[in-house]
Amino acid sequence: MSNLDFITKLLAATLAMGTSLTYATLGEVFTEKSGVLNLGVEGTMLMGALSGFAVTYFTSSLILGLLIAILAGALFSLIHAFITITLRANQVVSGLAITMFGTGLANFLGKKIGPELNGYNLVGLNLPVRFHNISIPLLNRLPFLGAFFNVSVLTYALYLILPLSWYYMYKTKYGLALRAVGEAPRTAAAMGINVNKNRYLYTILGGAFSGLGGAALSLFFTPSWNDGMTGGMGWIAIALVIFSTWNPGRVAIGTLIFGGITSLQFAIQAAGIRMIIPAQFLAIAPYFITLVTLVFMTINAQRKEGHFASPSALGVAFAIDEK
Amino acid sequence: MRFVIEKRNERSKRMQILVPLVSLVISALLGSIVLLFCNANPLQTYAAIINGAFSSPMRFQYTIAKMIPLLMCGLSVGIAFRLRFWNIGAEGQYVMGVIGITWVMQFWTWLPAPLLLPIGILMSFVFGGIWGGIPGALKANWKVDETLVTLMMNYIAIGIAEYLYISAWKAPKGNMGTVKYPEVAWIGRMWGKIHYGVIIVLILVVVLYFVLYKTRWGFELNMIGKNSEAARCQGVSIKRNIIIAMLISGGIAGLGGGINSAAVTHCLTSGVNSGYGFTGIIVAWMSGLNPFISVLVAIFLAALQTGSDALQITMNLPSSMSGVLQGLILLPLLAGNIFIDHRLKIVNKKEVI
Repeated sequence: MSNLDFITKLLAATLAMGTSLTYATLGEVFTEKSGVLNLGVEGTMLMGALSGFAVTYFTSSLILGLLIAILAGALFSLIHAFITITLRANQVVSGLAITMFGTGLANFLGKKIGPELNGYNLVGLNLPVRFHNISIPLLNRLPFLGAFFNVSVLTYALYLILPLSWYYMYKTKYGLALRAVGEAPRTAAAMGINVNKNRYLYTILGGAFSGLGGAALSLFFTPSWNDGMTGGMGWIAIALVIFSTWNPGRVAIGTLIFGGITSLQFAIQAAGIRMIIPAQFLAIAPYFITLVTLVFMTINAQRKEGHFASPSALGVAFAIDEK
Repeated sequence: MRFVIEKRNERSKRMQILVPLVSLVISALLGSIVLLFCNANPLQTYAAIINGAFSSPMRFQYTIAKMIPLLMCGLSVGIAFRLRFWNIGAEGQYVMGVIGITWVMQFWTWLPAPLLLPIGILMSFVFGGIWGGIPGALKANWKVDETLVTLMMNYIAIGIAEYLYISAWKAPKGNMGTVKYPEVAWIGRMWGKIHYGVIIVLILVVVLYFVLYKTRWGFELNMIGKNSEAARCQGVSIKRNIIIAMLISGGIAGLGGGINSAAVTHCLTSGVNSGYGFTGIIVAWMSGLNPFISVLVAIFLAALQTGSDALQITMNLPSSMSGVLQGLILLPLLAGNIFIDHRLKIVNKKEVI
């Protein structure tokens, strides 16, 4: 295999894998930016992956599968929103509960709602339809960059969604309100912004994106259903939110690097190249780099007495009558 | 007319009892919906879970054996939560503990045999303590967000452990896992599956209760958790307390790993990240950070797991039912908790807050 071939293949795998990761990370950026920490991403993604797969399997409709996955994600984060925003419960514990519940429920249903012929199991089934790569003529011949023009609809959609999200967050009044409720909810409320309504909205939006990210795995990347098939991707997404410094414009950088690292492990194994770095160290690289980034950013922000990137009110419930 | 949530003047004693009870009923009802959806009889299933966890001596032993590391992690997290330090890294600290004891068992074999176990256990405490101390120091000195740091460090610890049992420390035979610890250094069995670790953990419960409720340090921790500004004015060093608390918190989680591997697995191998650390967070939270109540919660959650494992055989239901039930128990409890120090008030629209 030539080097060029190897790199193009690696990039293609990165894009395929990075798509799910990008949706989930982008969703969590919106949620955290509004001041809500949702550690339920992993469970929400799994529910999205499961519901998307099941619906598509039974209806042969990818659109319906995607819609239900988005709905499932939204519903799961609605639980989190209700518990942490309305009832002001601890966001960390609630998020973990969502992950636990979502993971359990998805794995449970995966063994129960399948077709009778397969023992009610969804594991090991093939989809009647799936998302395929669509190549754009001429552009897909570009060296290296060609990989960007031979991807699925789900990835093409991101080329629009990412810049639009950035524009929305930093250039519109809705985005201003979103940032305000995450940074200074009391001030935002004084300005007439409904803090909790905004937080509900973006927590649900975040969950919808997570569900979509999960469905991108089960309808395109794998495409199949397996117990715990996200394999910790939800946690990587939470890490990448920090890496992107809560900026939708930078989400893709993180997901490409870390999608790349993950694909690299597989690519190297497939190519039979002997590795200098153990595979396990590659696997922890996202977490390690994020950790260093977080520490560096925090210390740096304090030295300059400047403003740290994380939303100031992240993790704090808001009630107008209480401090 | 609309609903408003209003702060109570004091925590309601009645609600402190009522909320968990009502939550449990709601959980059981929600669980029934899931079960009915899958054509399983809810009452039969719940009976099967209880049977699966307690009905025979062996099952009871399994439940208690599972309770030990779970309780350790719960106690660990409970100390950090007291300071409102959101340590969700017990999983990683637990894994580091296993790495610590394995290191001693593998490479410190020049030690006299009777010392191997105590030093190994001590090392598991040290390793876990370091893994907890790092986020503690980062938070204390530079205010680095502890939730995110401890979360990342979980996966780093798991990665290191995988590297060790898959390649660096792999036993010559088999495709993963280290060599078994020398048999003299195992923690012995008391009754069937129940090992002497249960005594260690129960002593720890009593000691922690005493330290947290009866000593000046425990009082300081509480004060920081309730109102860190007031604590600072009283001359309590917040930095120092965070670091010490996290060293101990991580150490106890590490100890849990050390004890469990010395008594049950006898090596470092796959499955070391069994989720005790994450479930420990629930133990701590559900017990209201009280060590004695933690024991009951840990038994309850351990029973839920062993009981759900049995469902596979008795009811032909996937064992992931335990995850579903854990989530279903936790969510209503979380939701209901607000009513302990708040009340729901109905106000007329004209009334302005």
